[in-house]
Amino acid sequence: MAGYRPWDQDHARFIVAGLASLEGATLPILHALQDEFGYVDPQAVPLIADALNLSRAEVHGTISFYHDFRTAPPPRRVVKLCRAEACQALGCEALVSGLARDHAIAVDDQSGSGEFAVETVYCLGNCALGPSALADGELIGRVDGDRLAQLCGLTGAHA
Amino acid sequence: MSAAPIRIFVPVDAAALSVGAEAVAQAILREAQARDIPIELVRNGSRGMLWLEPMVEVETPDGRIAYGPVVAKDVASLFEAGFQAGAGHALHRGPTEELGWLKRQQRLTFARVGVTDPLSLAAYRALDGFKGLETALELGGAAIVEEVKASGLRGRGGAGFPTGIKWKTVHDASAEQKYIVCNADEGDSGTFADRMLMEGDPFLLIEGMAIAAVAVGATRGYIYLRSEYPHAHRTLQRAILKATDAGILGDSVLGSGHAFHLEVRLGAGAYICGEETSLLESLEGKRAIVRAKPPIPALQGLFGKPTIVNNVLSFAAVPWILTHGAQAYADYGMGRSRGTLPVQLGGNVRRGGLIELAFGISLREIIEDMGGGTLSGRPIRAVQVGGPLGAYLTAAQLDVAMDYEVLAAMKAMLGHGGIVVFDDTVDMAKQARFAFEFCAKESCGKCTPCRIGATRGVEVMDRIIAGQESPKNIAVLRDLNKLMTDASLCAMGGLTPMPVMSALNHFPEDFDRPPLPLAAE
Repeated sequence: MAGYRPWDQDHARFIVAGLASLEGATLPILHALQDEFGYVDPQAVPLIADALNLSRAEVHGTISFYHDFRTAPPPRRVVKLCRAEACQALGCEALVSGLARDHAIAVDDQSGSGEFAVETVYCLGNCALGPSALADGELIGRVDGDRLAQLCGLTGAHA
Repeated sequence: MSAAPIRIFVPVDAAALSVGAEAVAQAILREAQARDIPIELVRNGSRGMLWLEPMVEVETPDGRIAYGPVVAKDVASLFEAGFQAGAGHALHRGPTEELGWLKRQQRLTFARVGVTDPLSLAAYRALDGFKGLETALELGGAAIVEEVKASGLRGRGGAGFPTGIKWKTVHDASAEQKYIVCNADEGDSGTFADRMLMEGDPFLLIEGMAIAAVAVGATRGYIYLRSEYPHAHRTLQRAILKATDAGILGDSVLGSGHAFHLEVRLGAGAYICGEETSLLESLEGKRAIVRAKPPIPALQGLFGKPTIVNNVLSFAAVPWILTHGAQAYADYGMGRSRGTLPVQLGGNVRRGGLIELAFGISLREIIEDMGGGTLSGRPIRAVQVGGPLGAYLTAAQLDVAMDYEVLAAMKAMLGHGGIVVFDDTVDMAKQARFAFEFCAKESCGKCTPCRIGATRGVEVMDRIIAGQESPKNIAVLRDLNKLMTDASLCAMGGLTPMPVMSALNHFPEDFDRPPLPLAAE
């Protein structure tokens, strides 16, 4: 999760220009920006609007519609915890309350320190081996309280 | 010991990786090197016996022998026991093909998944790969459509619309540009068949989409994949590159002169994009707001052009149909549900995974015989079938057959074939509340019943859970559900009442609660 470069308007313009000729280019551009910078800075809105001949409102509307797109730099580490039905059946909500009780961490807390965040996701497609989490692009199954704390960097141990 | 390297298979499927398959693969390489045993490590898809993952297989003269669940620290003892020759070990499961769980299945769509290296074109071709596409090119558009119609294939995404009829509509439409769109936004909790197929046999999806393109004269295609599937994304991108290099995709599909260009596009965490018109809006780069139908996407779909939108499993069924004939496919199944359904068994279950069987098997056989009951060992209390918008059934209702019409008749639905098992610790009022909460978060906001109704539903459920005026609030809940069912624009608002009402009707005791003590804080 770490290692994003800081927002750079010229580099962002370069990314936008490289993808602008795709059909329906908005989402590929937003993903590319977020892959590069970790988020989509509001300064990208006029860039994309100009390149794709859209209104700023349309671009802003698209960014704000989707859960994935961030408009501020991400925490250094993000753990996505599945809280959909199959993981509920295996106690994911107990993991959520355990984080609050043992580590004073609120899932989906927007006011975090910037170090790490635990975010809700609905289904990672690992429903027979839940509870599941996604961290650094890696899917993790059979998550328990210890493993979750470790994913959050709360314990030094590497199992 | 012969000089030929021993073939050892360790899955690269995301579910297997989630429980340590990568570490197992590395340990096998290290251990083999340390012992000077020549091996060829093949990274296959998953066979779908997810409780055995990471499941390692060794190729022997007697076929492939399975070991599982293997963790990295087991690897030394496996070599010690001689697993490289298929010898006994505590994790030895016997010949893979003879395992009861697998043997019982009828794998048509998933025939290659778990067997081959997903990105090997040679392995794909060796097991009938591209035969369906070759047949399609000989048949031509109208005949392909007739074949798909005759097979009785219905859309595997959940709605169950006859695939052949959709294809015929696009075939008969005239336009300079047509599109093939694969709905790989597999957002339903409890479903993972699309993911396993895309990771385990991506060329099958590519072949199915290419057949559709040839059938209706489309030259461009998109796979709209959810962003929660990074492994599938990587696999698909590599598979498309390979297929393009090999002349299967591109300006001339298998040298036929038909052009078909295929791209993967990533979603961005919106469940609603599984609804086809919302998916099309998203592909166009917009907010994924559901469109009113008509016009249907088959006539005015992506960028207003005639478009086939099908689920991963619908496209993936087509190569088999063209290779073996429509009748052979239609011979599987029951009633109007023909062919096979890849069922996904998950949640609180001992032996979860992917089970492909002809329609008609009962839920009980799947959950009890194959699944072995709950993982927790407690009694089964509820089973949700068909994803977050599907009904909750009781343990007493499990004799129902897996069939579109049979489930619909009991106010449930098959959906995308996901089954989620809950034990007796589940609180069904909380599950009903969650159905509304999920709808409120994921509603596109276009129609009022869904946008407002979901939030009102959360509030009503909060009052019921708090034991406030239960009879009155249950009456409000029923009224709200009727309104959402009747007046929502799409299945999101229209079907959210299904889990809620099934919870209320099948588990009324969970809704009849004593008032919570006041001032609990």
